[in-house]
Amino acid sequence: MKASRLPPHIMLLLPAVIVLAAVVVLPLLLSLWSSFTPFRLTKPESVYQFIGIRNYQRIFTDLDFWIAFGRTVLLLTVALNLEMLIGLGLALLVDRQTRGQRLLRTLLMFPMMFSPILVGFQFKFMFNDNVGLVNNALQSLGLTDKAIPWLIDGKLAFLAIAAAEIWSSTAVFAIFILAGLMAMPRDPQEAARVDGCTPWQTFRYVTWPFLMPFAFIAMTIRSLDVARAYDIIKIMTDGGPAGRTEVLWTLIARTAYSDARMGMANAMAYVAILLSVAFTAYFFSKLGKARAQVAGDW
Amino acid sequence: MDANASARLKKRGSAWALNVALFISMLIICLPGLWIVLNSLRPTVEIMAKPPVWIPRELSFDAYVDMFSGVGQGGIPVIAYFRNSVIIAVTSTVISLAIGMSGGYAFARYRFKGKSAWFLGLMLTRTVPGIALSLPLFFLYAKVGLIDTHAGMIIAYTALNVPFTIWLIDGFFRQVPRDLAEAAQIDGCTRWQAFWQVEFPLARPGIASAGIFAFLTSWNEFALASQLTRSTDSKTLPVGLLDYTAEFTIDWRGMCALAVVMIIPALLLTYAVQKHLVSGLTSGAIKG
Repeated sequence: MKASRLPPHIMLLLPAVIVLAAVVVLPLLLSLWSSFTPFRLTKPESVYQFIGIRNYQRIFTDLDFWIAFGRTVLLLTVALNLEMLIGLGLALLVDRQTRGQRLLRTLLMFPMMFSPILVGFQFKFMFNDNVGLVNNALQSLGLTDKAIPWLIDGKLAFLAIAAAEIWSSTAVFAIFILAGLMAMPRDPQEAARVDGCTPWQTFRYVTWPFLMPFAFIAMTIRSLDVARAYDIIKIMTDGGPAGRTEVLWTLIARTAYSDARMGMANAMAYVAILLSVAFTAYFFSKLGKARAQVAGDW
Repeated sequence: MDANASARLKKRGSAWALNVALFISMLIICLPGLWIVLNSLRPTVEIMAKPPVWIPRELSFDAYVDMFSGVGQGGIPVIAYFRNSVIIAVTSTVISLAIGMSGGYAFARYRFKGKSAWFLGLMLTRTVPGIALSLPLFFLYAKVGLIDTHAGMIIAYTALNVPFTIWLIDGFFRQVPRDLAEAAQIDGCTRWQAFWQVEFPLARPGIASAGIFAFLTSWNEFALASQLTRSTDSKTLPVGLLDYTAEFTIDWRGMCALAVVMIIPALLLTYAVQKHLVSGLTSGAIKG
């Protein structure tokens, strides 16, 4: 029994490390290698052919890729900021209710239970230009007499996707900020009001600094799986019409499985991974600071 | 009107406006779900009707009957999908909780070199997008014969969930005072007994909320499942949804019915532990 002589913390961490090494690190190393090859699924032997950084060079001059990259960043920025704002608004609205708060909280969590792919289908259905809820409602109310091509026009499709994304993930922010509001001592707010602060000043300088760490937790959790949007976009438009809603993840999937250019797709995937890692590392560092601040207060 | 009365009126007006805002936002949150339930109950003609039919004329469970009536009669192998989903989600949740507990305990109770680096490293494995992971994983699974098996999916989902469960459970064990376990050990418990009898019961709500999150992730995941499953042997419900799509048409009614079947277990489970969920999640994450 040589293993039992290892220090206990290593024994305890070993299962996690083994699983993650086998399912995440090893495949990533494999894909790192194949990103330096012209590997195609149809030609298995091409995985041994080393071509250096040619895939990466091609990516850097590929306009489609950079458009998709920019669109991904735009989508994430728009969606995450709006989710935060709407979540904050919802939390404040629910917090001032004195009755039925438990019911409201349960309702708030409702979208979290929906699979992203389900959200995709649901919004594809609702934004359907022919039978969808949105157009039906607009037409019945007489706001428009022709069907608005939500998912067929590039700009509208982007809006529809953002709406689906926001619907499905605002709950995360709302719930965390609500938890923060509930944990917050009320005295400083009242003191601020007595001292003559306007409601906005009270919020800005008393309430918000306290809520910030909670918002960062939500941000960190969200940044752990920003790629959830892949499922939604894949179903709603699949990058269409004519690539107008193509984001990094749909582009990678298409390159890998439809075009079978695995090597190229893996090179793209590495750029996408770096983007995710940058997002998460940023929010984790913010979270660390916010946490230190709260720990000081509590 | 004097200043007092107008101020009171203004206050009442704004309270009313805020209530309306809350009502509308709750409506937006619930509407998509209700719309799905409604459409699973009405005939396709009515869904497709122009001008739209707002108040359903006839409701029936035909979509559900069709769905369960098996392949060939307009049904899909929904029972097989359901079984696969349950097996895969439950098993991977249990495994990732076990691994998460041991890992979280290590982070909460031991000091070692490079602790925060290890922690960040484990977290970062979670950020790899499912689609980026699916390419090499597909290749690897094909080599070892794990494509289209329960085991393959369970292993993949376990890896997906472990970082998050470690993060949450770590926060919970930190909240349990170290003295309690030490007192138990002085009273003659082994470290193992002290863990199970003292620390585990105290951290249970947090472990439950980590479990829910792990379950929901596995239950709802699509990007990996769509590449790593092939047949009724291992296809899960999210992948099964695609059975209702043809090249250019979608059977909305059938899809809505399957969506309802998919959402009910998640709903029941989340409702059962919703009390612990929020408090557990926040205190676990913030004091970690």
